[in-house]
Amino acid sequence: MQQSKEIAERFPDLHPPFEAQAAIAEANRCLNCFDAPCTGACPTHIDVPRFIGKIARDNLRGSALTILDANVLGASCSRVCPVDVLCEGACVLHRYNKKPIEIARLQRFAMDGFHAAGGTLGRKSREERPEKIACIGAGPASLACAAELRQCGFQATVFERRPLPGGLNTYGVAEYKLPAHASLEEIELIRGLGVEFRYETEIRTQEDLVTLEREFDRLFLGVGLGAAHRLGIPGDDHRDVIDALQFIARYKTADPPAVAESVAVIGAGNTAIDAANAARRLGASNVAILYRRGERHMSAFAFEYEHAKQEGVQFQWRVMPVKIDSDERGICSIECVRVAIGENGVLAAVPGSNFHFACQQVIYAIGQSPLLELLSACRGVELSHGRVVVNRATGATSNPKYFAGGDCVNGGREVVDAVADGKRAGIGIAQVLKVAPQRTSSPGAPEAAHA
Amino acid sequence: MPKQPDIAVNFAGIHSPNPFWLASAPPTNCGEQIMRAFDAGWGGAVWKTIGEPIVNVSSRYSSIDWNGQRMMGFNNIELISDRPLEVNLREIAEVKKRYPKNAVIASLMVESKRESWHTIVAQAEDAGADGLELNFGCPHGMSERGMGSAVGQVPEYTEMITAWVKEKASTPVIVKLTPNISDIRVIARAAKRGGADAVSAINTINSITGIDLDTLIPRPNVDGKSSHGGYCGPAVKPIALNMVQQVASDPEGALPILGIGGIATWKDAVEFILLGCGTVQVCTAVMHYGYRIVEDMIDGLTNWMVEKGFAGIEDFRGLSVPKVTEWKHLNLSYKIVAHIDEAKCIGCELCYIACWDGAHQCIYLDRVSGPIDGPVDLHTKPPAVEAATRASIAVTPIPKLDGRGDGGNATPLARIPRVDETECVGCNLCSLVCPVEHCITMVEVATGAKPETWAERTAAGECTPPAVTQH
Repeated sequence: MQQSKEIAERFPDLHPPFEAQAAIAEANRCLNCFDAPCTGACPTHIDVPRFIGKIARDNLRGSALTILDANVLGASCSRVCPVDVLCEGACVLHRYNKKPIEIARLQRFAMDGFHAAGGTLGRKSREERPEKIACIGAGPASLACAAELRQCGFQATVFERRPLPGGLNTYGVAEYKLPAHASLEEIELIRGLGVEFRYETEIRTQEDLVTLEREFDRLFLGVGLGAAHRLGIPGDDHRDVIDALQFIARYKTADPPAVAESVAVIGAGNTAIDAANAARRLGASNVAILYRRGERHMSAFAFEYEHAKQEGVQFQWRVMPVKIDSDERGICSIECVRVAIGENGVLAAVPGSNFHFACQQVIYAIGQSPLLELLSACRGVELSHGRVVVNRATGATSNPKYFAGGDCVNGGREVVDAVADGKRAGIGIAQVLKVAPQRTSSPGAPEAAHA
Repeated sequence: MPKQPDIAVNFAGIHSPNPFWLASAPPTNCGEQIMRAFDAGWGGAVWKTIGEPIVNVSSRYSSIDWNGQRMMGFNNIELISDRPLEVNLREIAEVKKRYPKNAVIASLMVESKRESWHTIVAQAEDAGADGLELNFGCPHGMSERGMGSAVGQVPEYTEMITAWVKEKASTPVIVKLTPNISDIRVIARAAKRGGADAVSAINTINSITGIDLDTLIPRPNVDGKSSHGGYCGPAVKPIALNMVQQVASDPEGALPILGIGGIATWKDAVEFILLGCGTVQVCTAVMHYGYRIVEDMIDGLTNWMVEKGFAGIEDFRGLSVPKVTEWKHLNLSYKIVAHIDEAKCIGCELCYIACWDGAHQCIYLDRVSGPIDGPVDLHTKPPAVEAATRASIAVTPIPKLDGRGDGGNATPLARIPRVDETECVGCNLCSLVCPVEHCITMVEVATGAKPETWAERTAAGECTPPAVTQH
């Protein structure tokens, strides 16, 4: 899959890759801390000083393999991780000369070199094992889980309802951070290990799950979150009221959507910002983020907020949409009311403060619901607040047949968190299966798999 | 406004506006270069060695880079001047005429015959050279022909040729010493016996700088082969300082010394002067950055002299010579321990791992878990520290899910190491690896013991020196 010329022009790299000389100069700034805080802060615990040192010492392949050993999606993580609050945020140089090492760009440099050289993933064990694991969803959590298991010799199959793998990496990350084709190239390495992918195969019902339970020794739930929360106001069913994730997926993997002159984005999380920036880049001259609370409470990272301001996105604080007005030509405006925030953070509409924000499109990004229909079909898998309850160290759920990780467990975090969950679950599954080797032959007996 | 110090020198009778001379090397290959160097501020120049013209090879140089910095060490296989002798002599005369206040030294190397040396001495002095530097140090090429270090490695030859030169010379004679010898003082003494007025130290060190890992050919590559060269640049400074100190403190060999070896800054120059050098010579740094570097050498030296209250070079020359002694005269009762300034500590833990793996296992990461006193076995070892981090579950902090962090950026207490002062041997290692200036300092602790050296202790019969065993 190639990036279209238009998308390439409108969404150039936000953080351009290092030239080799610059990478080496940057790598040489690294102090090589012991028990480095960057490594500790990384959810996948990439050995950062080690891979950076290998760049400095002209061992690019070793550098990439160091990254991949900890994080099989090291390439996409180098582009999408909010490193300000992770590795780079933890860099001791903040307290030295205020210039943390550019870890993400160095990681991308190593990974780009690896991909350019046609690198392939290695196995962690040469043993070939008969046990089969189904990973449901082809997002980062399942990919990491499947890769870990396959590298240890297990048979892993990934089920994905969409036509492409990668989950949000392919469909949901702003193109100036991670183009869809880069996500797909990275997943090719996992396929190269021998992981099987079944696309456009949605696992939805209890019958689907029972079928999988018969065929597979363990099931890994890496299904992410479900439908986006709707605005729930009159007029929200208009065709120009769009779910932010669908909007992003469409411009990334289909033809770029037509964007109106003026766009209102509801919500102030990272997805809202990605959508607002995309609307700007796709041609909207007036894009405003409307948020019911203040600047201090927005859930987007500070650097994302700064970026959006540079993109020309406007912010309206303490406003709540109440109605979307449209006529036969389309949406005319969104009616909002101003919000007062009380002592305990309780929001209250200010009577008589209603106003109309003129726009022709409304994009909403106010969160996603859990995939309750599927999750509650997993018999014996305990849920809490719509999230799967797991042992964080192993990904094990209350049903020994099931493991889980990623957004369906953590409520919606970053790619790297999903990778870490998936990898821990992969290790957890491998440990269980090694203690009690088996092949499922008797159908429908998940309890028998209890180790 | 303090009085501007005078940095002019009178070195063995040779006058120069400052102590910064160019060493005999490519930067002093011809008159045009040397005149530009004098314009830039260099006080003197030792002409690229003249003698019978030679033929050079290409390539000629190679270097060692370190941590992204180029030319930490530099190596050459270039020979002496490849220009006709009469051209060099004519240009010496021209430079001297146009720059009478700058020192122009002729570096000489001819075959080991008395008449040859007499001839070249006369030619150089007739051209107007202020002094003569005898190149007994060149370690490559010329040595295979019985010249350069082939002379400088044999005290008898050094003494003999120096004496031949002195028979003829009316200007000061400087013998350039090779470091490629087990005791440089032996040659310095020979030069002194031969009548030398001064020595310059050190010449380049025999070296192979590295190998191309694709072709397997060492550098520099001359059509598929290499040859050992002469090593110089910042990497050799400590070796040069030691050899200068040895010569300066040797009563039988002490002569005015021209310091050479890795000098690139005013600080380097001050160190050589503190060990007794009257002037210094620079080559590699100029080959790297050009003549312009002398500006800060003069400026930095002058500012330092103002700060320290030195009116002239002689005020501080040699002040560090008596501060170097033999190990047996060091005070065994002196004790220092490492002190970590936790306000400055950035938490890199380089001191911790250096102490555990490279020193004496007395820095601990137990500020949070509480100090454990006692034997080393009770402390968590580095592999366990790392393993705990790898096994920890870290997540991206998301304000919506996790609430707001404190936003503080102070070094966490758990990452600030603690020195067990009762175990610390005061080796300095932690303070050397610490990237933060003045974060780890070595603090003297009173032991109550009277000062005592190994020499005193053995003299008092408290210890018997162990018998020397051959391995």
